[in-house]
Amino acid sequence: MKSDKRLIGTPMRKVEGLAKSTGRAVYTDDITLPGMLHGKILRSPHAHARIISIDTSRAEAMEGVHAVITGQDMPTTYGIIPWTPDEYPLCVDRVRYIGDGVAAVAAVDEDTALSALDAIDVEYEELPAFFDPRDAAAADGSTPYVHDARKEGWNGNVTKMVQLEFGEVEAGLAEADVVVEDEYFFEGTTHAAIEPHCAIGQWDGVNRMTVWSATQVPHYLHRELARVLELDQAQIRVLQPLVGGAFGGKSEPFDLEFCVAKLSMASGRPVKILYTREEVFYAHRGRHPFHMHYRTGATRDGKLTSVDAKILLDGGAYASFGLVTTYYSGQLLCAPYEMPAYRFDSTRVYTNKPACGPKRGHGSVQPRFAFEVQIDKLAERVDLDPFEFRRRNFIGENTRTINELRVTSNGFLDCLSSVELASGWSEKFRKLPFGRGVGVAGSTYICGTNYPIYPNEMPQSAVQMQIDRSGRVAVFSGASEIGQGCDSVVAYIAAEELGVPLEWVRVLRGDTDFTPVDLGAYSSRVTFMLGNAAIDAATKLRKMVQEAVAKTWDVAPGEVLLAGGFAVWAQDTSRQMPIAEAFNVAESAFGTLGATGWYNTPKDVHGEYRGGTIGASPAYSFTAHVAEVDVDVDTGIVEVKKIWVAHDCGRALNPVLVEGQMEGSAYMGFGEALMEEHIFKDADHGRAGLHNAPSLLDYRMPTSLDTPELESLIVESIDPEGPYGAKEAGEGPLHPSIPAIANAIYDAVGVRMDRLPFTAPNVWRGVEQARADGTLVKPAAPVASPIAAD
Amino acid sequence: MESKQEIVRLRVNGDLHQVGVPTHFTLLETLRYALGLTGSKQGCDKGDCGACTVLVDGTPTLACLTPVWEAEGRTIVTVEGLATADGPHPLQDEFDRNGAAQCGFCTPGILCSAAALLEANATPSRTEIQEALSGNLCRCTGYAKIYDAIEAAATRIDDSAQDQAK
Repeated sequence: MKSDKRLIGTPMRKVEGLAKSTGRAVYTDDITLPGMLHGKILRSPHAHARIISIDTSRAEAMEGVHAVITGQDMPTTYGIIPWTPDEYPLCVDRVRYIGDGVAAVAAVDEDTALSALDAIDVEYEELPAFFDPRDAAAADGSTPYVHDARKEGWNGNVTKMVQLEFGEVEAGLAEADVVVEDEYFFEGTTHAAIEPHCAIGQWDGVNRMTVWSATQVPHYLHRELARVLELDQAQIRVLQPLVGGAFGGKSEPFDLEFCVAKLSMASGRPVKILYTREEVFYAHRGRHPFHMHYRTGATRDGKLTSVDAKILLDGGAYASFGLVTTYYSGQLLCAPYEMPAYRFDSTRVYTNKPACGPKRGHGSVQPRFAFEVQIDKLAERVDLDPFEFRRRNFIGENTRTINELRVTSNGFLDCLSSVELASGWSEKFRKLPFGRGVGVAGSTYICGTNYPIYPNEMPQSAVQMQIDRSGRVAVFSGASEIGQGCDSVVAYIAAEELGVPLEWVRVLRGDTDFTPVDLGAYSSRVTFMLGNAAIDAATKLRKMVQEAVAKTWDVAPGEVLLAGGFAVWAQDTSRQMPIAEAFNVAESAFGTLGATGWYNTPKDVHGEYRGGTIGASPAYSFTAHVAEVDVDVDTGIVEVKKIWVAHDCGRALNPVLVEGQMEGSAYMGFGEALMEEHIFKDADHGRAGLHNAPSLLDYRMPTSLDTPELESLIVESIDPEGPYGAKEAGEGPLHPSIPAIANAIYDAVGVRMDRLPFTAPNVWRGVEQARADGTLVKPAAPVASPIAAD
Repeated sequence: MESKQEIVRLRVNGDLHQVGVPTHFTLLETLRYALGLTGSKQGCDKGDCGACTVLVDGTPTLACLTPVWEAEGRTIVTVEGLATADGPHPLQDEFDRNGAAQCGFCTPGILCSAAALLEANATPSRTEIQEALSGNLCRCTGYAKIYDAIEAAATRIDDSAQDQAK
């Protein structure tokens, strides 16, 4: 894409890149404060139980123990969604999963803290527990629900039900020439960021609380800390050191953040808690297991007529983002294909397991798996190449989806062509020898949400920028750097607009005392919103510098260019001055130079129905994948040879970072497809509800030897509202990984994998079934010749 | 609870340190919490993730599984010891240039594994790189940019070695 930008669109380093590669980068657990105590949390051994009593007296009497707290010390519920606060920092009267926190201690060292936990006596009355979401949904109240019903006669296990219908669904299915109806299951998976959660609390003994945390959402943490600790927000400072990976796993407050704060108030000393890896698995908030049922209709010539979905979400013990997840399970499916009619009926239930929440591609990765496999089945039924089927249903750009979401730029057709060509699709599909196959899938994802988590009219993202006499630019950013590169994005924009070398931009970040509010790193919102805020601030400063320099040169302000460390006259580039001198000229003219910039979302681009705002985004990204696999029918082992990823990111502000997001997403989806399972023991195999494998060895995720070759193909659609046309790249590219692999397995051996994960035993069972059915053969190629897209 | 402490002598990044630590401390705990060398990371504390990888006598070693007393008298290099007064190690520079560190938490361990690989094999193949990194989990990158960075660093080191030989 041709561009008038000097830096934007070129490969650039990250502002904190060298600090990370030399070991200088500071993460939360790297911080030690004078007199700091070690905190630990006592966790429930029961999946569901009443707390009868807690006796902390023996722990409190121990030498070196400075504070012990229980749920009674913070009896206020919290939750990321303002309408569903259902968690206490420490359980008050009931524990709801193995690993739920019941008490916390602060002691002089870790050994003492652990000994103190052993000295806390908790008496429980065990309760029957719910593990299978189908049982939880069918509960009649004869045993206690996971949470008390909000109304007499309701099922307290149900956290959210959403039923939405657009168009004539049954009529659309009736008029379809083919209807594919199947059940799908998406197993739960977890984020497994390599950095465990960590927090430090420091009470100043009078009226100020400082909390350092490895969080993706410092602003929401700030608000919830104030509520639970009963302090004013103005008393609290949240600091966010660099975050060692998150993927949605650090996008709401966790028990440790409240506990370090309260323990610091109780002890008068700073307190740190670092989760063990096992505790990270209990904290979870990972991908919900979904039971899905789809009916999808199409005409003989391959046009979708109607889609009907029924989904059961296994939410685990608490609400988390579940209200949103339940909506997203249906709302985000309506592009990139045109749906004449669509209905979804989604129910999220509580179970006595660690709470599920948002993981990269929140709520939409699961239905995307099912739906892209449905598309593959429909294409086969109507004798079309699956690429052609997708093209015939392309929704287009500058349009509305059936559920009334506004789509602006849309590069999905280019994504399809890119992976089709790069993968050599036409020479491979249905043509590779038995055992080897290719599969395709597509997807869309949001670039942030038009409505913030708590209702307000204020900007969603903002920065402050100042320029000084040395030529430096300082950017104060409250955005959450979790590895995706948002600190670098604001630096690139400042350097681009103000003409300074990238190295002269300082990004001051991660501190609610001196940065304006950004809502956090979730829903792929940061580049889009922060980028626009940064352009806003930088443009204001640029205009002042241009105006001041123009006056001294007696030229028009628009003729003054700021680039490459100089102010230059466009008419005669020999007329120039170093940028620092230009800043001095501007400071002389206008006084000290600073500007704020902000971005807020459009609010009038959604359907006027209940829930119509959920899923509404200022723009949508699009992705297509082709996966090529080998399937060994004797063992069930699937080897993914390569994944081609084409992603419409609007504009690649820095192609290195965009490719990194695409590759990381494809890798993560690949891991979910083939290996990852966040599962729990049943009573026959240990303690019911106990996490099966809370370690990075037993929770299988891809190593360098497992991960396939990944090829990134950037597609630029230049979004009209994105910063320089940019859209998201961090979550969208995950979605098609899983269905593309499922469809490739089918192409290889004729076995449909409708249940995740595609582990060797699961694939082997599918192979054996196909062998018994006589369908273990290479599927037939489409008879109809594909019609090329325009 | 009082834990028994003793003085351990460690040679880390060229310096000899004498430091009192509990007798059950690991090398990782000693580096991070006694010596303040926080570059080496703890991701799992049980040898699964590789974020704590350091070089002990040149061999990539999981510091979280190494009792500190086993490291006494040996030569230890951490991520902080890869750079010299002349600047960052070519691997460190290429990780930055290639976007090989996203969140950066696995990076110190991966750099130590990669440095040992290049010491033993100046021109590793892609497969040899994958094998050398198989004990280091990265959750961000899908490993692709990490391979690019190691290959670029290998080329730079090899080129400068050939220049010196001329």
